[in-house]
Amino acid sequence: MTTDDSTALRASRSTEVTRLERVVVRFAGDSGDGMQLTGDRFTSEAAAFGNDLATLPNFPAEIRAPQGTLPGVSSFQLHFADYDILTPGDRPDVLVAMNPAALKSNIGDVPRGGTVIVNTDEFTSRNLTKVGYESDPLSDESLEPYTVHHVAMSTLTKGALESTGLGKKDAERAKNMFALGLLSWMYHRPTEGTERFLREKFAGKPVLAEANVLAFRAGWNYGETTESFATTYEVAPASLPSGTYRQITGNLALAYGILAAGQQSELPVMFGSYPITPASDVLHEISKHKNFGVTTFQAEDEIASIGAALGASYGGALGVTSTSGPGVALKSETVGFGVMTELPLIVIDVQRGGPSTGLPTKTEQADLLQAMHGRNGESPVPIVAPASPGDCFDAALEAARIALTYRTPVFLLSDGAIANGSEPWLIPNVETLPDLRVNFATEPNATDGSGEFWPYVRDTETLAREWALPGTPDLQHRIGGLEKQDGAGNISYDPDNHERMVRLRQAKIDGITVPEATVDDPTGDASVLALGWGSTYGPIGAACRRVRAAGLPIAQVHLRHLNPLPANLGEILAAYDRVVLPEMNLGQLAQLLRARYLVDIISHTKVAGQPFKAEELADTFTDIITSSNGKEGHL
Amino acid sequence: MTAIDLGLPALGGLDDVPTTEEPGKAKDYKSDQEVRWCPGCGDYIVLNTVQSFLPSLGLKRENIVFVSGIGCSSRFPYYMNTYGMHSIHGRAPAIATGLATSRPDLSVWVVTGDGDALSIGGNHLIHTLRRNVNLTILLFNNRIYGLTKGQYSPTSDQGMVTKSTPMGSVDTPFNPISLALGAEATFVGRALDSDKKGLSEVLGAAAAHRGSALVEIYQNCPIFNDGAFDVLKDKDEAASRLIPLRSGEPVTFGPQGEYAVVRSGFGGLEVAATSEVATADIVTHDPTIDDPAYAFALSRLDDQTLTHTPTGIFRQVQRPTYDDAAREQVSKARHDKPADLQAVLTGNDTWTVS
Repeated sequence: MTTDDSTALRASRSTEVTRLERVVVRFAGDSGDGMQLTGDRFTSEAAAFGNDLATLPNFPAEIRAPQGTLPGVSSFQLHFADYDILTPGDRPDVLVAMNPAALKSNIGDVPRGGTVIVNTDEFTSRNLTKVGYESDPLSDESLEPYTVHHVAMSTLTKGALESTGLGKKDAERAKNMFALGLLSWMYHRPTEGTERFLREKFAGKPVLAEANVLAFRAGWNYGETTESFATTYEVAPASLPSGTYRQITGNLALAYGILAAGQQSELPVMFGSYPITPASDVLHEISKHKNFGVTTFQAEDEIASIGAALGASYGGALGVTSTSGPGVALKSETVGFGVMTELPLIVIDVQRGGPSTGLPTKTEQADLLQAMHGRNGESPVPIVAPASPGDCFDAALEAARIALTYRTPVFLLSDGAIANGSEPWLIPNVETLPDLRVNFATEPNATDGSGEFWPYVRDTETLAREWALPGTPDLQHRIGGLEKQDGAGNISYDPDNHERMVRLRQAKIDGITVPEATVDDPTGDASVLALGWGSTYGPIGAACRRVRAAGLPIAQVHLRHLNPLPANLGEILAAYDRVVLPEMNLGQLAQLLRARYLVDIISHTKVAGQPFKAEELADTFTDIITSSNGKEGHL
Repeated sequence: MTAIDLGLPALGGLDDVPTTEEPGKAKDYKSDQEVRWCPGCGDYIVLNTVQSFLPSLGLKRENIVFVSGIGCSSRFPYYMNTYGMHSIHGRAPAIATGLATSRPDLSVWVVTGDGDALSIGGNHLIHTLRRNVNLTILLFNNRIYGLTKGQYSPTSDQGMVTKSTPMGSVDTPFNPISLALGAEATFVGRALDSDKKGLSEVLGAAAAHRGSALVEIYQNCPIFNDGAFDVLKDKDEAASRLIPLRSGEPVTFGPQGEYAVVRSGFGGLEVAATSEVATADIVTHDPTIDDPAYAFALSRLDDQTLTHTPTGIFRQVQRPTYDDAAREQVSKARHDKPADLQAVLTGNDTWTVS
């Protein structure tokens, strides 16, 4: 491969070029068709070009669902733009459908006039029957509302790969790269990165590397040389804040945040985990970075993974465990034990659809009340929720700050949408990261002059107890799950002591210093507030922009801290006539806020396993703003 | 999958734990907390034995940690003037795994019971033994749930009438030694609560073992299962029931050594009259035999009735420990590539917006 070959892909164009501000592309195919990889690469090309972007992978829980069936469809949606965008897009402007199942399950999302590119080779009568098409949609009138491009991708790919000597079946597998090449041509994407990537990925199998590059180029050249595509499109680079960017997913950012927390606290990290979708990638990533002094422990079960993390915290490490909702259920007893023993611990919950096994690969925000209340007794735990993939990094550092400063388990609630979704990330300068170093106890501290160490003597400001590490002379002490005598920490069944300790543990969490909530109200005269938490930041923000663009005022507040809540939240809620709170659950935060602030929050909920669409939220917000019924009567 | 030979050296269990010239006496290991087990409980004797024994290790007291689960025996850490954690039901091995892995300078002891270790915590026990984490696990087996006031446990006799089994338990009990051996344990021993000398010997070897050492302690519960092990403590009965295991010696027992352990079919062992077998057929005890089948056969001499009960060390073999291997990977990774957070955050694929 020479540079000359590469520039050959920048041939002069005879097509008309249209400039667009934003495009949403969805690749859809069979689980085995490599749609996630294709989407990833197209994303990297958009990132390398300087667009802002957001992605939404969507795949079945089965590793290989039956081929060609509706349940086996895997898709990847990318939204890229010349301005800062907040969501992966509501509806695809372009759908690439690799087979009838992909077409059938995705066409409903394509707006009229949208572009559909299909791999005609897969539209056999057998495949059509498999998904219930009674007639071929490519020849009947059902696709009339769309601009449809018929491309025999399998045949063309096999043809392009004849020289490689690969068997037909192997050659056909590269058809996803053909599709990528075609789309890369349509959108004037840089191609060097993809070719480099393919050569690195298949470094051990040069024939496959060559085949994939050839297929990719064949796709590009197909667009260039055939006349079926009259128009190509340009989406200019976005004017993001200056700095160096990379693309990042939420799970990757979470892993980096944990590495950073270890560095900034100067503590070894014990990362205990048990494989679970969609959190496993955090374990995978962290296990690659043992040079950061991180030990990863893949335990026999969820319970052992959090147990080992907490045991290490007792010994002076930063204990971290990661899981999803069902795993949290199993870890709950240990979280409560961490509350009682007042040891630092980070519990990462990458939420998925529930209850029970639920929807492992789909997103939901329905673990909030589990994190808040899912333990026996009065067992308060702080909760931090990242708003976007990149924000997972900062949220992990914030969770570590709270855990270490206040000696408490902390929940970090990510979810499937931001775990797998990606966005450009302004790479932080490590010099600017917070100092998370802690002081361990070194001296006896008993307040009765006995010269002993009392594990439950508290800092008067934070109410955090002293953390004395095993190995420290003269500070031998015992902790455990039984109620502790205030100060001395011995077992105590005294009623007044229990009353005091329950209230002290609550007061410690209530007193955690968290940043005030900030209101985004550009016109300053909004009477409706859109409130959100976690991954709904994107769609809520995008919906607010649409509402404002239509001339209606709306304010937005997004919560990162759910326990404790920002001190100014009550005041903010009281300042608006109406507060609408979209959540991907049945109104869990709304329930907490109504109880706490006695505000009649309008709870707007959705549990479809998919993020909100900006369009549907904009409609909801508009209805609320324009309804003239005052506070009463809506919804 | 690629397998990598980790090439770890064999060490003693306490090699990384700081020692002292003044290890103190038994009283230095007693905390100021009032011991609250029932009068006559076997736990008292075990506690006294452990407190008397620990100074002999010569360790700094602050580098010893007792981690327990839930149950009567799990109150143990409160009475020890060391570091201690009274944790969650069944989870002590998991918690201790995290502690031992991150702190090689600690001597970590797990105190557990038959319900704690074999019922609710069975999963953690077997996986800890399999991994061979450097821990000493004291399993107090009284064959009953004491703290919850007398329900049958996973080591209770079949047919046992308890509060939860008024018609008799229908459960088949575990043999804890067999279970541990099946879980790839590298050190397995057994002692009686009342046998201070025998228990101390097993404890000494267990502490010196690098890896998971499981010590089953037959312990009497005077309230809910009183006398469960009396036949092993009765002067007339004990000699013909207890089979003391001594490395390098023929396995014989009885008041006059009139019984011996010999090989039987399918690689098993059985008890025979010494007078009726050739000396060469009597098994010479060797806990270091790599094949666990031998120790397993020893454990099967005991069929819950305590007719033939081996005590001492069943198995004592060297195998790389989980915690050593985990630390070695971290230290190799640090040596090979210094941590550079900025480089990781930046990655290989960036673009600049000016």
